[in-house]
Amino acid sequence: MQNNVKLSEGAVVPVIEVAELCKRFGDVTAVANVSFEVRRSEIFGFLGPNGAGKTTTINMLTGLARPNAGTIRIGGIDCTDHPKAAQYLIGVVPDESNLYPELTGFENLCFCAALYGMGKAERQAQARELLDTFGLVQAAERRFGGYSKGMKRKLTIAAGIIHNPPILFLDEPTTGIDVASSRQIRQFLADLHRTGTTIFLTTHYIEEAERLCNRIAFIVAGRIVRIDTVAKLVQPIQEEHVMLLSLSAAGPELYEELTSAFPQLDFTFISDGQICVESSEPINVSPLVRLLEDCGVEVTEARKIRPSLEDVFVRITGIEADVMLKEKEKA
Amino acid sequence: MRRWIAFWNILAKDMRAYYLKPPNISWGLIFPLAWTGMFFIKSGSGLESVLTLLPGVVAISILFGTTSMLAVTVTFEKKNRSFERMLLAPIQLELLMLAKTGGAILFGVANAFVPVVMVAFIADLSQVAWCAFIAAVVMIAVASTFLGLFIAVAVSEVFEAQTFSNFFRFPMIFLCGLFFPIEKLPVFLQPLSYVMPLTYGADVLHGAVHAGNSMSYVIDLSILGAFCIGLFAAGLWNIKRKWIL
Repeated sequence: MQNNVKLSEGAVVPVIEVAELCKRFGDVTAVANVSFEVRRSEIFGFLGPNGAGKTTTINMLTGLARPNAGTIRIGGIDCTDHPKAAQYLIGVVPDESNLYPELTGFENLCFCAALYGMGKAERQAQARELLDTFGLVQAAERRFGGYSKGMKRKLTIAAGIIHNPPILFLDEPTTGIDVASSRQIRQFLADLHRTGTTIFLTTHYIEEAERLCNRIAFIVAGRIVRIDTVAKLVQPIQEEHVMLLSLSAAGPELYEELTSAFPQLDFTFISDGQICVESSEPINVSPLVRLLEDCGVEVTEARKIRPSLEDVFVRITGIEADVMLKEKEKA
Repeated sequence: MRRWIAFWNILAKDMRAYYLKPPNISWGLIFPLAWTGMFFIKSGSGLESVLTLLPGVVAISILFGTTSMLAVTVTFEKKNRSFERMLLAPIQLELLMLAKTGGAILFGVANAFVPVVMVAFIADLSQVAWCAFIAAVVMIAVASTFLGLFIAVAVSEVFEAQTFSNFFRFPMIFLCGLFFPIEKLPVFLQPLSYVMPLTYGADVLHGAVHAGNSMSYVIDLSILGAFCIGLFAAGLWNIKRKWIL
């Protein structure tokens, strides 16, 4: 697929520039002095718990909300006060499908293309191509209201890119849909990225962000707390050594025993029978096992854990990733 | 050119998805028929009174058709977030809302001619001043649609749109001179009549059908035009204030 609207060339040219962005709703500050840049052709992840300000930020970038302060430039266009000027450059896939339930899949795509001024032949060809890409050809003439959740999500993504935007905003693209559809969407995003599309992605699936994104920003309580490449975010934590021990029994008295015998190690009791051991040096497991056996506890499994972006997220935000995901799915 | 492709497709989509659906077509036929029959029977007079009832029935058909449809469709689209899809497109809000209201205006104009066709079988319409009649029909349709837009933006639920619409519509039936001359209303109610757009539209219709107008067409249509501009501006202002936060 070719982008109709060209952005200036150059791998590190910022296509989205946000400076000191603020948004308040009454007394509540939803976004506070947020600044970041998204570079051309990168996948930029925007991660944070519910209510952190992710959707509000996307709404301001796409013209659905007005900032109280700060500036937004998209594709070099200052769209702080005139968001319409940059809307040809962007595609938006919101967290909930926003297509017309009474129209068919094909009609929805053609209608969305027409909103960008595409001619009839062009929009029909593009709609057919996207239906084929997402495996929705069989459902093309069915009403959107009757689609499954995964199909709705795929058609909403197709509608977001029907005009070949060089910048795509994706809000939670795979939340609440089946595994096969999620995989298909992730594969499609990777393909889209290869064609040069810049993608601004918010997701609750940290593993998904780690796999897809070039750079990630963590936002908590309306403020960006960290922005970096995935490799650099994970690097400090990867220099740490983590082991997970599964035991036949574990209690508070065992914790006392372990911390006094191995003061250089950090112990965390995860659940009944599981202890997480952390250290800045490689962990020698033999003395640990011996001490536990002396205490009458059998070590059933000892597993080295590779720290992930999820651990970085938890460390930076103080929020457990699975808690965040459950909150989102409940919402 | 691009913006007109968008404009036309929004209008065509609304016509296809909402206005040309069988329940709405039947609403457009049954509603004017019921009102015509009701007032004709109530008047107890002969066929010659049909022409004096026609302006009121035409005005009511437009008012109910447009406000119902627009208030419900816009509220429905806002509720299921499909309206957001259009706000994200590079179309100026003014043009977008003209496209959204265009379908309702056409629906209102079509509704207006249902009672005209019915009456054509039982009364002589050769004396009707058609230019003034059509101008009034179009202006009433535009004003009523923009009233519907104002209502749609003011509420968040579809049922609220209907309830809030009735708050405006039912007083209009009795206060706008559709079936009873404004002069016959109690004096304290008469000022209310003159702050309602339908009063001026109905006056033109009375003039066009049976020379029963109390003001000149120019004044009526100018005031109606001012209502159209005011209601559209109020609708847009509310959208910018409430929907683009």
